[in-house]
Amino acid sequence: MDVEGEVPAAAAAAVANGLGGAGEEASPAPVSAEQLDVEAYAAQYSGRTRLARLLFIADRCGVEAMQLEALRMAYDEIKRGEDVQLHRDVTARIKGRLGPRYGLDQAWVDSVTRRADQRKEKLENELNGYRTNLIKESIRMGYNDIGDFFYAHGQLSDAFKSYIRTRDYCTTSKHIVQMCMNVILVSIELGQFAHVSNYVNKAEQTPDSLDPIVVAKLRAAAGLAYLETKKYKLAARKLVDTGIELGNNYSEVIAPQDVAVYGALCALASFDRSDLKSKVIDNINFRNFLELVPEVRELVNDFYASRYGSCLGHLEKLKPNLLLDIHLHEHVETLYMDIRHKAIIQYTLPFISVDLNTMATAFKTSVSMLEKELAALITDNKIQARIDSHNKILYARHADQRNATFQRVLQTGNDFERDVKSMLLRANLLKHDYNQRNGPRKM
Amino acid sequence: MESLEALVAHIHSLLKQADFDSLRAHAATLVPFLAQLSPATHSLGYLYLLEACATSGANLTDFGGGDFLVTIADFLTACSADQIRLAPDKCACCLISRSVPIANALVLKDQVMQLNVPIRGIAPLRAAVRKIQASPEQLTTVHADYLLLCLLAKQYKAGLSVLEDDIFDVDQPKDLFLYCYYGGMIYIGLKKFPKALELLHNAVTAPMSSLNAIAVEAYKKYILVSLIQNGQAQNKNCAKRKPELVPSFPKYTSATAQRNLKNHAQIYLDLSTSYGNGRYTDLETFVHSNSAIFQSHNNLGLVKQVLSSMYKRNIQRLTQTYLTLSLEDIARSVQLDTPRDAEMHVLRMIEDGEIHATINQKDGMVSFHEDPEQYKSIEMVDHIDSSIQRLTALSKKLVSIDENMSCDPAYLMKTGRDRGRFDYDDFDTVPHKYF
Repeated sequence: MDVEGEVPAAAAAAVANGLGGAGEEASPAPVSAEQLDVEAYAAQYSGRTRLARLLFIADRCGVEAMQLEALRMAYDEIKRGEDVQLHRDVTARIKGRLGPRYGLDQAWVDSVTRRADQRKEKLENELNGYRTNLIKESIRMGYNDIGDFFYAHGQLSDAFKSYIRTRDYCTTSKHIVQMCMNVILVSIELGQFAHVSNYVNKAEQTPDSLDPIVVAKLRAAAGLAYLETKKYKLAARKLVDTGIELGNNYSEVIAPQDVAVYGALCALASFDRSDLKSKVIDNINFRNFLELVPEVRELVNDFYASRYGSCLGHLEKLKPNLLLDIHLHEHVETLYMDIRHKAIIQYTLPFISVDLNTMATAFKTSVSMLEKELAALITDNKIQARIDSHNKILYARHADQRNATFQRVLQTGNDFERDVKSMLLRANLLKHDYNQRNGPRKM
Repeated sequence: MESLEALVAHIHSLLKQADFDSLRAHAATLVPFLAQLSPATHSLGYLYLLEACATSGANLTDFGGGDFLVTIADFLTACSADQIRLAPDKCACCLISRSVPIANALVLKDQVMQLNVPIRGIAPLRAAVRKIQASPEQLTTVHADYLLLCLLAKQYKAGLSVLEDDIFDVDQPKDLFLYCYYGGMIYIGLKKFPKALELLHNAVTAPMSSLNAIAVEAYKKYILVSLIQNGQAQNKNCAKRKPELVPSFPKYTSATAQRNLKNHAQIYLDLSTSYGNGRYTDLETFVHSNSAIFQSHNNLGLVKQVLSSMYKRNIQRLTQTYLTLSLEDIARSVQLDTPRDAEMHVLRMIEDGEIHATINQKDGMVSFHEDPEQYKSIEMVDHIDSSIQRLTALSKKLVSIDENMSCDPAYLMKTGRDRGRFDYDDFDTVPHKYF
């Protein structure tokens, strides 16, 4: 049986291109056991995502006790499922460190493989039967079963293909939604987020009104897809709109705590102040999510109340855990950077002059570092101000609209004049049909 | 006056039929006749005789009237514009040996170049440019040679008198390319980079069906000048968008140029990438390792200017960010060795009006100021006014060209074919509300 190691491959890729990855490996993150309770964390999830997350943590945490804990739980979990390849992989990673009980169980592997082969043959025969009889509904069910089978055995791309094939045999919107949910599930695990947004749209376009749980699931999936494609603002929009009905119903993909964390971080990084107030803090629906993660709630409130020091402090405390999140880890640095910049910009906004010493204490950094950050932001035109490096004061600069307009008008006039002249010249050249080829060659 | 003009026309037709070879054969004996004719009133005949002498190849050093060069120069300054315009080819070839490549041709341009005194050719050629061209918008064959002489003589200012006229009418493509190329170099010499950029841009984007060496050279210089100009201007025009360092080809550039120019100027493109990274040391090593190539292209001087413009660009960027900054900090952030160097650079930029700042030598601080221009002075109003005038004139010209175009039979034919034959709008000229 050909078994594809989709998950380890995806995890390896994530490590290779992960943003925080490089720093993480250079200096193993100081994750202490009390900061992340692996067991409690894993309990939030079900299905293959729990495995994927556990393996991800084992890869990244850099603390042996935690790594072994994660691997042990993964091993137990795998034994309950049917993914042989994953079993081999995990035992190889454990390397016998957990005693003989956690070695390669060849008997289990053989029996599972044998059963799988039989079942696969049976399912394929059934499907062939349905196809000769052209019973639409049965063909759809057949493909679905095969998809489920492949999914359980970790052959994700085959599962993906089977689920896609059910599309031609969907008769009601319920079927379409089911197909979409399956495809979304597999695509998220495959890391193909373009498919995710695509099928979220498809599902949302079905004519019948959807079950609130399904709507919430779709929102969460869409938010996840936007997050992965670095469209943080759109991700935030989707995530803060996710209905509380989500609950623990989507544990095979995302936990409600994750929705709160992802949504809050994306919102902080991308929303402006009024949006932050109306869409996050005053959003009763999203507040329910925030209640699940009090640190994040505090953080958002601190940010809005301009207590940047404590806000950034909370963020730093959360960081090691977030770096172990399978979806968020790549984006942690970018999001943190954005949030920090935003905080700095908001801090300077209401003042005509700001004492850099005071500001540095508020942001818990040194004056020279702060000066560098400010200089970068001013160069990027995000802060309209100039630094008095001698007296360590930041002065807001109010652009003189009149002068700027004059300058722009003159510039535009000059540009126009130049362009028109060269255009006329070219037009004349063309009009006289001057062509080097036809003219006498003298070059 | 009537009769004189008729006479001139008559002579012209006679001269056109005349046998030139016999004239040329007797060139040496013809010389004394020149003294008999007056360059101002008998310009046409004088010209023909001169041309015969010049192209005959005979040894004319023992010239009766003295230096032949002086004779030509005098003729060009004195001759009648109306008459010589009847025979512009003759006139041109009297001055430039291009169309009649004869050894020892005693033509003005070659002569002055042989004698290594290009400066002597400037005044007569300028007179020739003015006399030959029918309107100031016309580009003559003499333009390029005139600019070349200006370049060789390092009399850049002299070239301006011709360059400041806008050129629209062109006879020979090569003239245009050379005109733009030399003109660009003159402006570079004068450090008027925006104008240089404009001319080089014209050379690069002129329609061409096959690549020519002038365009390639022009493109190389175009890249370098863009770096010098745009690198500095990047923050000056406070626009939100950053202008590209080297603008990509506009879409009206001929396909040939778009395809091929970059291949011939790869090293320059690499230079601009390196410039774009903003690190002085990288750029410096790049220039050093390739200096032989730049030298062989005769562009090393310009490349060095690019290098020093990097400092200026970085200092200018600082003015946007800081109100005061110590010289040490400036030196550190623009990668200069000592605060003294930084001081020199800042000082020079203040003198050139590129930044507005004051240096406090006591504690080594530089305070940057805003642009003091308030757009309130009379000069500024005049400047704006003249811009408006120019633009109105230009737009009038555009309108008239547009009208001409819409009356052009070929154009009508083409658009007529594209449009349906019986277009309802064509007949419905009176709006409905008048019915």
